[in-house]
Amino acid sequence: MSNKNNPLSPHLQVYKWHISSLLSISHRIVGIINFILIIFISSILIFLGTDIQIFSKSLIGKFLIVSICWSFSFQILNEIRHLAWDMGYGFDLKISRITGILTIIGSFVLTILFYLIGKNLF
Amino acid sequence: MVQFSLPQNSKILKGKYYKDKTGSNNLKKVNVYRWSPSSNENPRIDTFEVDLNECGPKVLDVLFKIKNEIDPTLTFRRSCAHGVCGSCAMNVDGVNTLSCIKSHSDIKGELNIYPLPHLKVIKDLVGDLTTLYKQYESVEPWLKAKVGEKTSTEIKQSQEDRAKLDGYYECILCACCSTSCPSYWWNGDKYLGPAVLLQAYRWITDSRDEERKERLKKVADELKLYRCHTIMNCTNSCPKGLNPAKAIGSIKKMLASS
Repeated sequence: MSNKNNPLSPHLQVYKWHISSLLSISHRIVGIINFILIIFISSILIFLGTDIQIFSKSLIGKFLIVSICWSFSFQILNEIRHLAWDMGYGFDLKISRITGILTIIGSFVLTILFYLIGKNLF
Repeated sequence: MVQFSLPQNSKILKGKYYKDKTGSNNLKKVNVYRWSPSSNENPRIDTFEVDLNECGPKVLDVLFKIKNEIDPTLTFRRSCAHGVCGSCAMNVDGVNTLSCIKSHSDIKGELNIYPLPHLKVIKDLVGDLTTLYKQYESVEPWLKAKVGEKTSTEIKQSQEDRAKLDGYYECILCACCSTSCPSYWWNGDKYLGPAVLLQAYRWITDSRDEERKERLKKVADELKLYRCHTIMNCTNSCPKGLNPAKAIGSIKKMLASS
């Protein structure tokens, strides 16, 4: 059966998202964002000679800093999950779901922590 | 090549609507993917109103009711109807499963039935699994013993070694996992996919097999094995409750530590 005219059955269009697949694709996207964002912020600070204090007080600066706090935390936490998988742990459906939810919650908790530490509140 | 949207000849059109004729008060709308090789039309979604008062509990019963009472041209694979043969694997309510062990009362609202994702459709709910079977053949799913004295006697296996096959030998090759895997969608010609890799692991881990190293070497390939990114769609969809993601993880671990 290699009829070229046969249609392809629908895939992404109909397949239901699970936490695991959602985290997997966002891990990739966030990875790319992290890469671009870190280069972007560093080059602004270096090439434009912008003072970090002024940058962090501007609205865009604040937004970028908070977003990178989140994307970095998310990436790190999900990467820990992947490391555990590489060592052979956490494949159980229930456990992987729990670690997935923990990753999402944890990324926001870490963001707040990073932000507060950055503001010297600790 | 990654192509997120469907090709032009696969775009789904709105199909026929089969209105209920029984006057029942317990109706379910069932949307079924239809395509026939004898017409030159695009695939379409037909909607059937099915009387659940006169219908068995499984999704397969719904399909049979449609075929027997409403539209006899509806085509699907089935054989045992007890979750043993793996013929009736299809995409029900967005997740691949065996329609013979899936209860339709679990699904709220309309019931959507599609063929297994990202396959060439042969007719209606029947997908072409030729590639998968070829890949299965490529892992040589049979016991291999080196020819010598031992071949004349039985190769024994301890209970512990036998237990290592639990959770792997139960696979019925229904292809629910492989066709749920986005990696397999984009690289199905090269990546072996969860079903075949689970089978590969089943033979690698069999204590009686004497070609473990060769098997591992054969599967250790950037495309064949490492396209698995632990998306876990396979484990989420397996109707037999097996864990292909774990099997693939175990192969990766074996390769990393050998």
